[in-house]
Amino acid sequence: MIQVFNAINNAFCNFFGINSYIQGVVVLMCVNIIAVLGMSVLTGFTRLFSFGNAGFMSIGAYAVAILTVRYHVNFLLAIVLGSAFAGLVAYLLGSITLKLHGDYFLITCLGFGECVRVLFNYTKKLTGGSAGFPGIPNYSNMLFAVICAVLAFFIAWRFIHSKYGRNLTSVRENELAAEAVGIDAFRFKRMSFTFSAIYAGWAGALYGGYLMYIVPSSFNLAKSCELITTTVIGGLGSLTGSLLGAIIVTLLPEIFRGLANYRMLLYGIAVVLIIMFKPSGLYGYKEFSLKRFIANIKKLFGGKKPAAGKEAE
Amino acid sequence: MNKETASVPVLEMQNVEKHFGGVHAIDNFSVKIEHGRIHGLIGPNGAGKTTIFNNITGIYAPDSGKIFFLGKDITGSSPHKVAQLGIGRTFQNIRLFSNLSVMDNVIIASNMDATYNMPQAIFHTAKYKEREKHLNDKAMNLLEIVGLQDKAAERANSLPYGHQRKLEIARAMALEPKLLLLDEPAAGMNADESLELVDFVRQIRDRFDITILMIEHHMDVVTNLCDYCTVLNFGKTIAVGTPAEVKSDPEVIRAYLGGNE
Repeated sequence: MIQVFNAINNAFCNFFGINSYIQGVVVLMCVNIIAVLGMSVLTGFTRLFSFGNAGFMSIGAYAVAILTVRYHVNFLLAIVLGSAFAGLVAYLLGSITLKLHGDYFLITCLGFGECVRVLFNYTKKLTGGSAGFPGIPNYSNMLFAVICAVLAFFIAWRFIHSKYGRNLTSVRENELAAEAVGIDAFRFKRMSFTFSAIYAGWAGALYGGYLMYIVPSSFNLAKSCELITTTVIGGLGSLTGSLLGAIIVTLLPEIFRGLANYRMLLYGIAVVLIIMFKPSGLYGYKEFSLKRFIANIKKLFGGKKPAAGKEAE
Repeated sequence: MNKETASVPVLEMQNVEKHFGGVHAIDNFSVKIEHGRIHGLIGPNGAGKTTIFNNITGIYAPDSGKIFFLGKDITGSSPHKVAQLGIGRTFQNIRLFSNLSVMDNVIIASNMDATYNMPQAIFHTAKYKEREKHLNDKAMNLLEIVGLQDKAAERANSLPYGHQRKLEIARAMALEPKLLLLDEPAAGMNADESLELVDFVRQIRDRFDITILMIEHHMDVVTNLCDYCTVLNFGKTIAVGTPAEVKSDPEVIRAYLGGNE
């Protein structure tokens, strides 16, 4: 099945002349998109900060690696199971930690992410320890990754634009008022946390299937921070903003290859600049709409300058 | 008025006490509110009125005493459970979902009508569409009643103060409550506005056939609107009766005007 998929992908890429470097960048972009969408639901729509989502990524990646390599499970089923397992862990962790407010929840997540990484380092028999887990089947080709990202965006969009998303947002806006209209804030926070972990697990699974080899240190605190900063740069409370953020954060280091060593520095500067000049992020609290975009373009060329400035805000 | 519900009081509080450290926020508070009544809760600042609301709605659990809603014991239930049973409330310092649209504020409050599940939401099934349409119609209808239908798409925090108060009431009504708790609905309003509010609250009561418990400082609002009222001072109940009765009560006059014996 994987061979068939890869053959289709190769035919597609050959036809359009997409080389393997670009394919790789697109796969990594899709991995980031999926993980950041999960983060966006958690941070942007529920206002919960988790510095442990790289931990959920590694749970997804390792679960799929173990299932496909050791137990020869079909990779599609393995991805579903791996993501679901990451979600289950989040559900249980959320059940005991989401009663904590603000910083305390953030710190438990941070601790959790580090625990997972150390755990995978020490369980050598199961995970290969710090030497890594080799031999993962190469199922994450470009086409598959793009399909996953599109599907992930579609599901997140429908989720956010239903009662679930509304209830999460109400908890973000005012928890007491949400409770006063019959919304179980704890339950919806846990739902959001589980959702973000499922997405993180899914992203991790794709990542493993692309590199065919995973080590615990790829899922460290820096990765968790990167997910959060990407979400903030893209804009809180906006799925299209997160999409844009993930694309930018993946592409920029590729474009500025020579500056790769300064990546974290550039992230830091980007976040500081955004907090200073556009605190809600590139696309905060609103979704990209083609209609409004066309209207803005028209205005730009129609010469009605004063209105354009207001729209862009 | 429905005869059956009239026999059980909508809200009954028996000897409710709440202490914060050494402070008796509410001391041995009892009240019985019949269906369709508008009951006022008055008293100087710090008398424990909002604490009573918070005990009813589950934000605090009382230290002792019992609270019954339509005969059901709700003492110490969590806030969302109390709301789901049918107690809507507004807040003294308005608590809207500020960054969301006026419409969404009301739609969120009717979340109990959104009976579809996750797969139905993701695949936009007929049930999802039917429910979402129902929610939209219901919210629009409520906004029309409070006169905010033209502002449906605006952000809640962009509304003027008086409209925000009305939106908060519309949001509470989206729960289809049997009991509505209003925490100082006339706060910050001038005489004309509070007169309008009196009409508005009475209209809501008649239209939805609900019972109302309200905290209010403006005596003219209380006199015009309430069937009964309870006067509190330092957590203690100092008078109960019709507005006219309590207004002439010497204890009440002393509490309000400050001990001119």
